[in-house]
Amino acid sequence: MMRDNQENTPFALRQFTPAQLREALRKMYLIRLFEEGAEESYMRGLIHGTMHLSIGQEASAVATCMELTDADKITSTHRGHGHCIAKGADVGRMFAEFFGKETGYCHGRGGSMHIADVKTGNLGANGIVGGGLPIAVGAALTAKRLGRDEVTVCFFGDGANNEGAFHEALNMAAIWKLPVIFVCENNKYGMSTSAAYATAVKNIADRAVAYSMPGVTVDGNDFSAVAEALHDAIARARAGEGPSLVENLTYRWRGHSKSDRNRYRTKDEIEEWMSRDPIARFRTELIAHGILDEAEAEAVEAEAKAAVAEGIEFARQSPSPAITDVTKFVHAEEAA
Amino acid sequence: MNAQVQITDAQVRELSYAEAIREAMAIALESDPAVVLMGEDIGTYGGAFQVTGDLIDRFGPDRVMDTPISELGGAGVAVGAALTGLKPIFEFQFSDFAALAMEQIVNQAAKLRYMLGGEAEVPVVFRMPSGSGTGAAAQHSQSFEAWFGHVPGLKVVQPSTPAEAKGLLLAALADPDPVVIFEHKLLYKMKGPVPAGHYTTPIGKAAVVRKGEHVTIVASAIMVHRALEAAAKLAAEGIEAEVIDLRTVRPLDRETIIASVKKTGKLLCAYEGVRTLGVGAEISALVAESEAFDYLDAPIQRLGGAEAPIPYNPDLERAAVPQTPDIERVARQLAKGEV
Repeated sequence: MMRDNQENTPFALRQFTPAQLREALRKMYLIRLFEEGAEESYMRGLIHGTMHLSIGQEASAVATCMELTDADKITSTHRGHGHCIAKGADVGRMFAEFFGKETGYCHGRGGSMHIADVKTGNLGANGIVGGGLPIAVGAALTAKRLGRDEVTVCFFGDGANNEGAFHEALNMAAIWKLPVIFVCENNKYGMSTSAAYATAVKNIADRAVAYSMPGVTVDGNDFSAVAEALHDAIARARAGEGPSLVENLTYRWRGHSKSDRNRYRTKDEIEEWMSRDPIARFRTELIAHGILDEAEAEAVEAEAKAAVAEGIEFARQSPSPAITDVTKFVHAEEAA
Repeated sequence: MNAQVQITDAQVRELSYAEAIREAMAIALESDPAVVLMGEDIGTYGGAFQVTGDLIDRFGPDRVMDTPISELGGAGVAVGAALTGLKPIFEFQFSDFAALAMEQIVNQAAKLRYMLGGEAEVPVVFRMPSGSGTGAAAQHSQSFEAWFGHVPGLKVVQPSTPAEAKGLLLAALADPDPVVIFEHKLLYKMKGPVPAGHYTTPIGKAAVVRKGEHVTIVASAIMVHRALEAAAKLAAEGIEAEVIDLRTVRPLDRETIIASVKKTGKLLCAYEGVRTLGVGAEISALVAESEAFDYLDAPIQRLGGAEAPIPYNPDLERAAVPQTPDIERVARQLAKGEV
């Protein structure tokens, strides 16, 4: 790892090109604006069901995926829109999925909780807390067995760390030395139950010790801190040295889902975390280090805004699946 | 030799059901580098029922992988591996332990293709040693095929002979979707003719294993053998039972069942799973809803497992699932119009 004389320059600004950093900022805006667009569409009745918004967690999603290629895999969670965008998905096809349209990533069969983009390596969000953990280990097993130079990043939340699947998955990844990085987005609450109440250890990363892998807790709203932790973990995975656990401390500004009345946390707490906006922080950092100027940053935000507006329009105009296709995609022979 | 098995190699040997399954796995491991076996104690130990046997010596621990005692995680690893390019055959030590892994089988494996709109597939095979008769009591003797048969996205098979066990496993491996195989533990040592080389026994096709005109007995797994024994005894009385080896629970072979019932006008379902809401209920319903309904000369009869956990006492254990005399008795009553 590079530790040159630019000691005051954050890791990410030394590690990535200005174009990559600009793109990272664009993706963070894209996630924020996508979530706001989805929320608004939901309020207007264009999207049904429920959804879990990741506003406030954008740095965690984008910084985690910085060094991943399309061949690398991720498994995502019920709060997975940001992961999907960070991994390279098109917001038009994502909106189309939320609108239940045939042009959506899952042809309208999955919706928000199953959003996936297999071509960019996103194996899918998951409606089951902890569901993606063993699946990520399986994806890493495939890479190892078939000799593919691929890593798998497994996103999960603080709630999942008390599922049996978490413990079984970390243990197997460790005994088989698989190229997988477990990324816990600790946003303090599993629905309403706080991690502090529900988890016996102070930091979820402390649990790495039990599975003989490195565990690190970072400020998940600090883009560079997350990118640096992932850089180390990905390098370890690619070198065949096995899995790592990274805990990104972050916060969701919105409720758990659309039914949340925020009775388990205070307004002060929410406002305090909103003042630590990961996007504003990253933008300020890029400007301070001369990567972008104000006008360029504005242009990046405007670009994301236009993409979201265009995406919603694409979704609105897209066709719905045929009612007669309700059993299509259950089995291979019906997919043709 | 079952007529429906497609023989591609003239050589037929006597193998046990367990040996036939092992041979299928060896063929798969030899012919496809994506195939891996996973499960508890399937390596050096050779599997709790010695099904994997010496495969670890031939293919090594990277292809014949012992998993920790982590059924949920292990099944999930198999699902993730299948989703990304491997073809795992995952052995549950006992089908009962699949209860620990329902999440990954039912919520993930069965639904991923659909949830992702056909953009992904999960070609995983789950092998489940199943059934009672070993004195292992309530948590090691169950028959869960109806549970899994209730889940769209899964295919569920129950081989009754060594040849079927090999052919259905090779068919499951060739299938791009998840397949759950219930292997009856009492059949593992049963010997029968097995063609050499690669062949498949089609999923979704039942087999008429004895022809008859007086009563249809639809049976699965070990019940096929009990039904055949019963049919042989009934034949001495002039009652000709037609015995159908169901082979596949999902999707059911409607055509074969309906055609037989139209011929005999009498239907007996014999299965080991708990009688209520079991496989026999579905077979009864499909016949009642079909054109075969008009051909029925008697009420449909079901013989299934008792409404109780499998007991330990050997006499109770036998009483908890249909035995040959039960099948013989009910089939006779049906044939004689006494039901």
